[in-house]
Amino acid sequence: MSQDTLFDKVWDLHKVSSLPGGSDQIFIGLHLIHEVTSPQAFGALKDKKLKVKFPDRTVATVDHIVPTDNQSRPFKDNLAEKMIETLEKNCLEHNIRFFNIGSGNQGIVHVVAPELGLTQPGMTIACGDSHTSTHGAFGSIAFGIGTSQVRDVLATQTLAMNKLKVRQIWCDNKLSKGVYAKDLVLHIINKLGVKAGAGFAYEFAGPAIHELSMEERMTICNMSIEGGARCGYINPDAKTFSYIKNKLYAPKNEHWDRALRWWESLKSDENSIYDDVIKLDASKVEPTVTWGITPGQSISINQQIPLLDELSPNDKLVAEEAYEYMSFKPGQLIKDTPVDVCFIGSCTNGRISDLRVAAKVLKGKKVSKNVKAFAVPGSEKVATEAKQEGLDQIFKDSGFQWREPGCSMCLAMNSDKLIGNQVSASSSNRNFKGRQGSPRGRTLLMSPAMVAAAAINGKVSDVREFIN
Amino acid sequence: MKSDFTPPIGKISNINGQCISLIGNDIDTDRIIPARFLKCVNFDSLGESVFEDDRKTLKGKHPFDLEENKNASILVVNSNFGCGSSREHAPQALMRWGIKAIIGESFADIFYSNCIAIGIPCFTLLKKSIEEIQNYCNNQSLLLEIDLKNSLAKSKDLNFNLEIEESSKKMFLSGEWDATATLLEKSSLVEMKYKELPYIKFI
Repeated sequence: MSQDTLFDKVWDLHKVSSLPGGSDQIFIGLHLIHEVTSPQAFGALKDKKLKVKFPDRTVATVDHIVPTDNQSRPFKDNLAEKMIETLEKNCLEHNIRFFNIGSGNQGIVHVVAPELGLTQPGMTIACGDSHTSTHGAFGSIAFGIGTSQVRDVLATQTLAMNKLKVRQIWCDNKLSKGVYAKDLVLHIINKLGVKAGAGFAYEFAGPAIHELSMEERMTICNMSIEGGARCGYINPDAKTFSYIKNKLYAPKNEHWDRALRWWESLKSDENSIYDDVIKLDASKVEPTVTWGITPGQSISINQQIPLLDELSPNDKLVAEEAYEYMSFKPGQLIKDTPVDVCFIGSCTNGRISDLRVAAKVLKGKKVSKNVKAFAVPGSEKVATEAKQEGLDQIFKDSGFQWREPGCSMCLAMNSDKLIGNQVSASSSNRNFKGRQGSPRGRTLLMSPAMVAAAAINGKVSDVREFIN
Repeated sequence: MKSDFTPPIGKISNINGQCISLIGNDIDTDRIIPARFLKCVNFDSLGESVFEDDRKTLKGKHPFDLEENKNASILVVNSNFGCGSSREHAPQALMRWGIKAIIGESFADIFYSNCIAIGIPCFTLLKKSIEEIQNYCNNQSLLLEIDLKNSLAKSKDLNFNLEIEESSKKMFLSGEWDATATLLEKSSLVEMKYKELPYIKFI
């Protein structure tokens, strides 16, 4: 078992008791909720005549079902309207802080909590959404849970959990120009596999990780779940503290000094023990694109889609399914694959830095006439900041549609959906069959800069040809 | 979907039923229940929509549509089943269709936790044995008796030693898999922990 890692330290600090079955009861420092996975949990609370234990430790926003074109109420979609009304009612009844549309702080839950300073080092964070792993970028232990566990956290502020093993993923050197955090994490998932993380927390470390901005670190931790890990984290450092400082819910004045002293003490010891260590060279990573139906099926922009014989026996079954679904031939190049839709957004890559990078590629250029391209800011704050910087205008001038914040076509619970077997170049996190709203829709995951390049050329392109 | 659905309660020690085989690795929760069905404030109607898009694509040939599987209750799957989204709607949909236990090569972590939390034991078995069951299911229906205490699965022709996490097994046998009551017992310790955590004082 691991020892003296950040994970061990945070786990031990939050352990309330050992449960009879052998799992631990863990205190949850921050509980994030949204409209999709919480209504049944509140319903169960009502059935059991229970209250929310610590309403102050729960924060709500609305993201999955919100429309991105017209957000006036009531929503055109009756079911979506019913879900937001249910959340409003539950938050009011249980005295839970709710960042509703128009509050200035609404957005994708994993974008909102860090930008408000709610996400802090050393916390345990849970949310009924698998991408809760995002918050690990701050040195918190954050994981996705199901609705019954949302009920447990609301009622008790704790969860019954088995302790995870810890795998350190050490990334040497640094990323090359035109290669981003998204490329690195897709590369890691490809090398390790989509189920390698089962039972593990992933600690991302090494010079390449140290070099990344906080937003890029969030992209890496966000996709830990795509590698099968329930959580991923990065030891906090000066960059982490400086990101949090002066945020709305960050500790202030003397509280800041105390917080900082504690945070500085929070990291894996130099001689800590891991259950597993993997090393890779980040300078070797190239712009990466998925070609299949799992996030592990990716290649570099200039590579060919693998032949069946090049794959391990365990990967062959899914590869055959992927060739057929994606209409790709083994050995075909991914570069120049025509795309129909380009989507920039999601909890993986819908932050201000993602929009900045994409806008830089788009500036002065036009989106191909065959492509529908749209940008969905991750939050109201991101949208405001982008407008202040004039990014929205760059997107619009290029032919992108500029939308209101939400999860949008990452999972297509609103009206943003692929149609038929359209091919989408997407900055989101999953390329599963039917993920973007059409049962036959095809998703190619890539960095926001690569999506911008694909939008201009109307086909999968190497963004390095667009930047100086 | 079975019309007489009742959720499991209390101790779970034996599950007897017919197996239904679903072949494929990395079957994600978006496939088990596509996102559009998450627009609901309860789980009641999910059973009929389980694997909706896969079933439509296969036009009646999907295992969940075959007449001979309509009474099946033990799902047999391959590796990394339930990966992707944390939506509990996925096991809820399977349960409402009639699934009471799952045997697989491996499961994604959150899916596994969600199954435990709603009373669906998930067992692992070696790839070779899974394939043996799946081949058997392709030819004729396989009735299995699962003895949770001894982690055994018996049928007329085949016997398997199943594996299940010790903590999950104990929870099912004691009836404590619905964790809220257990967690509430330590309420005073939770209050103490709340006061002791450094960051609570930073507000």
